[in-house]
Amino acid sequence: MIRPEADTLLEIVDLQARVEDKPILKGVNLTIKAGEIHAVMGRNGSGKSTLSKVLAGHPAYTVTGGSVRYRGADLLDLEPEQRARLGLFLGFQYPVEIPGVSNLEFLRVSTNARRMEKGEEELDTFAFEDLVRERLQVVQMDPAFLERSVNEGFSGGEKKRNEILQMALLDPLVAILDETDSGLDIDALRIVAGGVNHLASPDNATLLITHYQRLLDVITPDYVHVMAGGRILRTGGKELALELEDRGYDWVDQELAVLEVA
Amino acid sequence: MVAAMSNSAAVTASTWITNFLERLPAPAGELEAVQWRGREALSRQPLPSRRQEDWRFTDLAPLTALAPVPSPSSAQVGWPAPATDVFRLWLDAPDDFLNGQSLPAGLSLLSSDEVQQALGHTLAACNCEQHWPVELNQASATRVLALRVSGAVAPTLELVSQAAEDGVMRPVRVLLLLEEKASLEVLQIQLGSGCSLSSLVMEAHLGRESKLRHGLLALGEGQACFLGHLAVEQEPRSQLESVWASHGWALSRFEPRVVQVDGEATTTLKALQLADGQQLVDTHSRVEFRGPEGQLDQLHKAIADDRGRSVFNGAVKVPRAAQRTNASQLSRNLLLSNQARIDTKPELEIVADDVRCAHGATVSRLQTDELFYLQSRGLSAAVAAGLLKRGFCEEVLRALPAAAAAWRPLQRMLGED
Ligand SMILES: Nc1ncnc2c1ncn2[C@@H]1O[C@H](COP(=O)(O)OP(=O)(O)O)[C@@H](O)[C@H]1O
Ligand SMILES: [Mg+2]
Repeated sequence: MIRPEADTLLEIVDLQARVEDKPILKGVNLTIKAGEIHAVMGRNGSGKSTLSKVLAGHPAYTVTGGSVRYRGADLLDLEPEQRARLGLFLGFQYPVEIPGVSNLEFLRVSTNARRMEKGEEELDTFAFEDLVRERLQVVQMDPAFLERSVNEGFSGGEKKRNEILQMALLDPLVAILDETDSGLDIDALRIVAGGVNHLASPDNATLLITHYQRLLDVITPDYVHVMAGGRILRTGGKELALELEDRGYDWVDQELAVLEVA
Repeated sequence: MVAAMSNSAAVTASTWITNFLERLPAPAGELEAVQWRGREALSRQPLPSRRQEDWRFTDLAPLTALAPVPSPSSAQVGWPAPATDVFRLWLDAPDDFLNGQSLPAGLSLLSSDEVQQALGHTLAACNCEQHWPVELNQASATRVLALRVSGAVAPTLELVSQAAEDGVMRPVRVLLLLEEKASLEVLQIQLGSGCSLSSLVMEAHLGRESKLRHGLLALGEGQACFLGHLAVEQEPRSQLESVWASHGWALSRFEPRVVQVDGEATTTLKALQLADGQQLVDTHSRVEFRGPEGQLDQLHKAIADDRGRSVFNGAVKVPRAAQRTNASQLSRNLLLSNQARIDTKPELEIVADDVRCAHGATVSRLQTDELFYLQSRGLSAAVAAGLLKRGFCEEVLRALPAAAAAWRPLQRMLGED
């Protein structure tokens, strides 16, 4: 939902970043306001995951230029955990397995960290169990997954549902979902998309990173951005995604080639 | 210069043992003869030194800084009440072990004739009856808890020893004979604090188709040192599961040794050891198959932080007679500081040709991606690291007998108590 008067949640200006000595982001510009759903598309290797990890504060990436403001504050100045507590959420393309750490315990500690930041009371084990059981329904996940170690031995689809469950518990203001749709069968895709739609509100915003139109058939984006070579090459409405589906990425490559020569 | 230094170290070591022997009371009681032999051996045998391969990484300085005297204890400090399905024995009690209690069904004390006959048999079978820490125990232990196990014993047998006073030594000697088809769960708790020495020698003989679940929780503090030997003989189709966890000792040296006398038995070993501060924790394990179709599943985990040092040496012997042995050994280590050290070494001696032996060793830091994942959910770096450490430990700790939970091993090992 595009509303000109809505608050700006995230403002990325000329963001540049490298990993080790390799420049990857080469000047990304993107503004996200409350209520909006953005989609970022692009070939493998174009820098989509790097953008999401830089925003979340992964230590492997070094920001070499530009700025990111999150609700008016300098996002890049904050530790990853502070970003999360303030309502920035990253759904990982490859959720990490953590053997020996109980999923339930992990969910409770992270939910409480966010609640404290919002000035809400911490939930004890019992109150949290009630909350988590209610939120499990959003992703139609079996409660048995709560008893297991975080993501350990989960299938690809189960990991993605666990990401959306975390999103449902953490109640973020800006949710970045990195290829949450890839590797999902059509039923799982519906469940995940249903969860995202359910959680979207006029107060928060979603940035979907995806390759496929099929996700955008169920979640309608307000903006579609095409990323290539570490930049956003073009921005349009939902018809841009359909055009990509139709014409493929060759024209993007050609535009990028022209840009890189210049 | 070097010669002079090692010379003076040798003098200190021999003085230490002379002083130790002088402080011992005269040999007496049921183990009198064993004490004589142990003292005799100690007076001839030098202290282990780092010139010996087996002691290469293990400096005995924390031990020689102590002046321990064996004595029975007078107090139980900080013990939880035993759970209902636990039969607890206090191994340092001033009176006899049982102190009026009667043993649960399936357990009986060996007669002194039987003790004479059986004591030391398994140590010899495991080739460690002359090891220095064993001789130190034999020189000082005045009694042995010697039990016969027949049938299935219902409660968990909990054996507790605590050395909480400066200058004491607690020599614990245990002998278990499991008859055919018998089964038993034992939890040993070894606690040490102050300038004390805990010494453990345990022998177990597992008859055919018998089953022993054994847990050892060795929790130290301060200058306390721990020396332990576990020797197990397994008859065919017996099952041994031994899980041990060690933390907090200035010096801890543990040597579990298992012999499958005719193969065909199952051995599961799991261990967790932690070293921080300037602690040194050392495990030298050895499993030997003397017949075909034996199985071993061994997992050894260690965490070294600060200037702590962890040593693991895992010997597995598979001679020609041990065809179709299936053995696996995995050593997983977490190095949490630049000054900490981890030395881990599998020592596989495989002569039989038709065997499956797998081994692996990893030493790693906390994984950046795991830490970041937790941080990206609002957990501070410190809390995230704590959770990862806990996850690492829990894999072993949850394999301890259930009775161990009352001693709060995780909280104590991670300093959360
Ligand atoms: N941690 C890393 N180390 C080395 N190279 C990386 C790392 N992360 C990303 N890259 C490189 O940066 C480029 C962009 O990758 P990525 O952001 O994952 O793209 P996308 O998500 O669009 O497929 C690729 O060339 C990739 O190999
Ligand atoms: Mg990606």
